[in-house]
Amino acid sequence: MADALRLAGVRAGYGETHVLQDVGVALAAGESLSIIGRNGVGKSTLLATVMGHTTLHGGSIELRGERIERLPPFRRSLAGLAYVPQEREIFPSLSVRENLDIGARPGHWTAARVFELFPNLRERLAHGGTQLSGGEQQMLAVARALLTNPAVLLMDEPTEGLAPVIVQALVSVLAKLRAAGGLSIVLVEQNSRVALDFSERTVVMDKGRIVYDGPSARLRADPDLLARLVAAE
Amino acid sequence: MSALPALQALAARHRLRWWEALPWAAGVACFFLFPNYLAFGTQVLVTILFALSLDLVLGYAGIVTLGHAAFFGAGAYTVGMLAAHWGWTEPLSGLVAAALVAGVVGLLSGWVLLRTHGLTLLMLTLCTMALLEQAANMFSSWTGGFDGMPGLSYRPILGLFEFDVLYFRSQYLYALAVLLLCFAVVRTLAYSPFGRSLTGIRENVLRMHAVGAPVHARQVTAYAVSAALAGVAGAVFVQATGYVNLAVLGLERAAGVLIILILGGHGRLYGAFVGAVVYMVLEHTLSKAYPTAWQLGLGIGLMLVALYARNGLLGLGDALRRRWSAR
Repeated sequence: MADALRLAGVRAGYGETHVLQDVGVALAAGESLSIIGRNGVGKSTLLATVMGHTTLHGGSIELRGERIERLPPFRRSLAGLAYVPQEREIFPSLSVRENLDIGARPGHWTAARVFELFPNLRERLAHGGTQLSGGEQQMLAVARALLTNPAVLLMDEPTEGLAPVIVQALVSVLAKLRAAGGLSIVLVEQNSRVALDFSERTVVMDKGRIVYDGPSARLRADPDLLARLVAAE
Repeated sequence: MSALPALQALAARHRLRWWEALPWAAGVACFFLFPNYLAFGTQVLVTILFALSLDLVLGYAGIVTLGHAAFFGAGAYTVGMLAAHWGWTEPLSGLVAAALVAGVVGLLSGWVLLRTHGLTLLMLTLCTMALLEQAANMFSSWTGGFDGMPGLSYRPILGLFEFDVLYFRSQYLYALAVLLLCFAVVRTLAYSPFGRSLTGIRENVLRMHAVGAPVHARQVTAYAVSAALAGVAGAVFVQATGYVNLAVLGLERAAGVLIILILGGHGRLYGAFVGAVVYMVLEHTLSKAYPTAWQLGLGIGLMLVALYARNGLLGLGDALRRRWSAR
């Protein structure tokens, strides 16, 4: 069975600038993966590259066995990728319902299933997207991505800027998502604890390269190794 | 989303509000109250339609263009040339022909131009309009060149209502009816999922790509529909006045409609109505009162609106209402 997502020898960046250097990683169907690392090591660039928002200088990207690196971003989405960006990027003029509707496609994830995960959103359907709190906006961004019924969900630092209690709620939603199976999730996260608890496998990045790809448990059990990898210069 | 609540939400969006009848009631009232100004009123209605077409691309899809008169002119020359060279003077089929020609021009130019954005797009829209203007000037045996095509006449509307050269009564009601029909199209589009996706494109194009929306195709579709509506406006203009010349493709017309939309408020359907009425009434009254300095007054008024009324006069109204309700 083909991997849900496979990157091989990916070199990418912004214009002539190279950020990612020879990145290779594969994700099985239904598998979850956390990516951690210091600021500016290329974690968000990696997700943006998978979505087609950067300049690809080399390498290949496969989604469910199909090459997608030459596809425009909307075709990648239609092929089964969903992306929750760091800034949430809720459409300010649209209501919560319209934000959800705008990319919704038929499949496992229906409004009813999404509202089971995020009951708050059901109460706020008629509100403007930007009338929500930061946590609710994050949940709306995840819900909007789920309603596109992706095979692979890319999430870029979803807990950033949220209050601890909201982070806790979001982490429990992420755990439910992972437990539901079927969906492959890539989580980029600054909060190492959240990342290591989220998935069984973690990738650590430094200077645009992958410096560790292995069990999260090993990093949890060896804080020195984690500190060394994350602080690598 | 589950089907039923989504449909209910869609129906709620499309539901008519009582105050939406006011512009149309005012339009009919003007017919009876100002019988000597119906020629002017017809021009106002044509301008509203033109501004409404621009609102679809500028206000909803966020496509900044300085060349929208290209489509107004395409529609205007279509009905003019059909009447002058082929004797096709039936007005309603002329409107359809104008919409088709302008729509195709919009589709083809949009397909190429909308791959660019920002200043490049602005310049290219301007160039498209200039190219059409030059073409109309060069092919004078077809278009009348610099002199245009005066003295065009059209058959009665629906075979019943003669165009009224002296008082413009038929023209006014005809323009009002065409505006109503076109407004219904724009309103339906604006509140449809397609219209919402245009809003999404305007607000965050990368995000729309990421949710799988074919951004370019939707922009081109909106551009073509908008061009067709502008073409209809141009056609009504020619049918009402009986002449067409290069001014329909001029920068003055393109810039004027942009100012009107900014003045009224863009991306909100009725901004075109408010902007066109205020701008044209001001222009009319100031030019009569101060024949040599009226543009100064108009300019100062526009500067005040640009400085203090975010999103035009309707935006100012919203701000005042919010302030009032907060008291």
